Amino acid sequence: MAINKILLIGNPNVGKSALFSRMTGAKVVISNYPGTTVEFCQGFMKLGDATPMIIDAPGTYTLSPTSKAEAVAVRMLDEGGVVINVVDATNLERNLNLTIELLKKDIPMVIALNMWDDTSHRGIEIDVGRLEETLGVPVVPTCALTGEGIKELVQKIPAAKKREKKLEVEGDGWQYVGRIVQEVQRLHHRHHTFLETLADLSIRPLTGFPIAMIILMASFFIVRFVAEGLIGYVFEPFFDYLWTPIVLRLSSFLGQGGVLHGILIGEMSGGKIDYSISFGILTTGLFVPFAMVLPYIISFYLVLGILEDFGYLPRLAVLMDNVMHKLGLHGYSIIPMILGLGCNVPGALATRLLEGRREKFIAATLMAVAVPCMAQIAMIVGLVGQRGGRYVVFIFAVLFIILISKGFLLNKILKGRSPEILLEIPPYRIPHIVAVIKKLRMRIYSFIKEAIPYVLLGILLVNILYSLKVISLLESLFSPILQNVWGLPREAIGALIIGFLRKDVAVGMLGPLNMTTKQLVIGSTVLAIYFPCIATFVVLVRELGLRDMFKSALLMMGTALVVGGILNFLLP
Amino acid sequence: MIVSLVDMKQGESGTIADLRGGHGFTMRIQSMGVYVGKRVKKVGSGFFRGPQTVLIDKYQIAIGYGMASKIFVEVDR
Repeated sequence: MAINKILLIGNPNVGKSALFSRMTGAKVVISNYPGTTVEFCQGFMKLGDATPMIIDAPGTYTLSPTSKAEAVAVRMLDEGGVVINVVDATNLERNLNLTIELLKKDIPMVIALNMWDDTSHRGIEIDVGRLEETLGVPVVPTCALTGEGIKELVQKIPAAKKREKKLEVEGDGWQYVGRIVQEVQRLHHRHHTFLETLADLSIRPLTGFPIAMIILMASFFIVRFVAEGLIGYVFEPFFDYLWTPIVLRLSSFLGQGGVLHGILIGEMSGGKIDYSISFGILTTGLFVPFAMVLPYIISFYLVLGILEDFGYLPRLAVLMDNVMHKLGLHGYSIIPMILGLGCNVPGALATRLLEGRREKFIAATLMAVAVPCMAQIAMIVGLVGQRGGRYVVFIFAVLFIILISKGFLLNKILKGRSPEILLEIPPYRIPHIVAVIKKLRMRIYSFIKEAIPYVLLGILLVNILYSLKVISLLESLFSPILQNVWGLPREAIGALIIGFLRKDVAVGMLGPLNMTTKQLVIGSTVLAIYFPCIATFVVLVRELGLRDMFKSALLMMGTALVVGGILNFLLP
Repeated sequence: MIVSLVDMKQGESGTIADLRGGHGFTMRIQSMGVYVGKRVKKVGSGFFRGPQTVLIDKYQIAIGYGMASKIFVEVDR
């Protein structure tokens, strides 16, 4: 029988996705299950002469689903194919409950006993042969992170089979599982390891909050240290010593003027190029994404990837659960917020982890208003930071106050309550360096692919709009708000328009306007609040629906108007 | 002595004796390995009716206060 479909199914947090990426080739498609917002990955693998499709189903604890994602996993199962049941060897009992449910379904299957490398030092001994015999289907120990056992697993796929005789489960399913586990597994008593002690401490509030502070502060300094290092020692020297001479040659070739020169190279001051104000495609258009933003993207995702793989984020979610409930959310909504710090697009996508419409609305609105993305942060640090670090801190303090007060208000106004948290907390694991780098590479690649075209388009558009005098028209139209409410020069409208496209370019456009520090602070804050960039907007419309997105957008623009006005009134 | 999970003290262990909630709650919590007869140890609890963290076998679960108050445990004392 030819196998044309393989389904990876298992509990959440068992390393299913890691196994999936080990087994598939380069071409992986992430898609939505028809009629739902549940995402899954799909790819192909080589199996002898055939290339069956392989699907990474959403994690599920049971086949009587309790959530949308679990329901999708069950429906996929009914569509046929061979099943690889991924089992966490360190949590045999809870995982086998799903395995038994699968066996009852009479589907050809193989079991991957994943995280095998973790069993020995956690004092767990499993008799694989005995387990295989009891379950009646092939069992292969694997370690998806290192790739151990994957080859054996693949070889076993053609041997996937149904149980020969029907599974007889007497009494309660859990009792049955309990008996199997007792037969095949022996636990050795061990003392708490350092990581386990740390795990307990980081979830108890008394010790957890100080640990969270230390981790967040340390992350912040590492992000900044790595990014500034990359800018100072790699990217700026690259532009100064290698790129500038080429651009200068091109400039003299183009006769140091004219339309094409304006678009490609932009304004030059005294025969020199100032990358932050010239606004040509080959100057500012490349300098902003590569030398100002990319270093921060690299360092942020490096630190985030380590925290993710270490297993810290679920603990932060549990710790923050109370605070987040006051904002109409629950602990898990901290994840979209933190992802939003990297880029609001994955942040907006992550709101689909939240089940309720109310919760999703609040999380998305708060993120779009008060969580600036790393590209924007990098530009604010670069531009406002020149006037003094305390102004940068001030902007973030304002955004934080908006986040808290707005969440508090929305929680009071909107009907309903946010659901309670119920979350498995994986143990701390030392991150696997290859896996961290692989993830980092993917995220950098997607930043370059998504951001660079928009930045270049944005800069092209700025030049076109200026030369067509569209911007001067809008300047007079919006000058009442800009000048009277926010105290900004009317030319700042250009930044607000381009902000729809890319926030980093928009902040950069404030640079050449010769603004006072106060104006710069208000301008950057308003730019962060007033509207999400186009990419985030599209995702939010899809996630929230047009109606909720409209409400959310009104809230954003209202907040920008009010907060900008208050700052203009209060600041000296 | 049988107490609810929220009334267990940090570090205490016991055996789950009763799940006093609706069908949906019972199914959901059971599928995560929290069922009558299972050994649990309380790891910690959040401030002001925050989530309750328990250790079951070798993994931890955080359970919201409301749900945790429906889980009753025979505590070893």
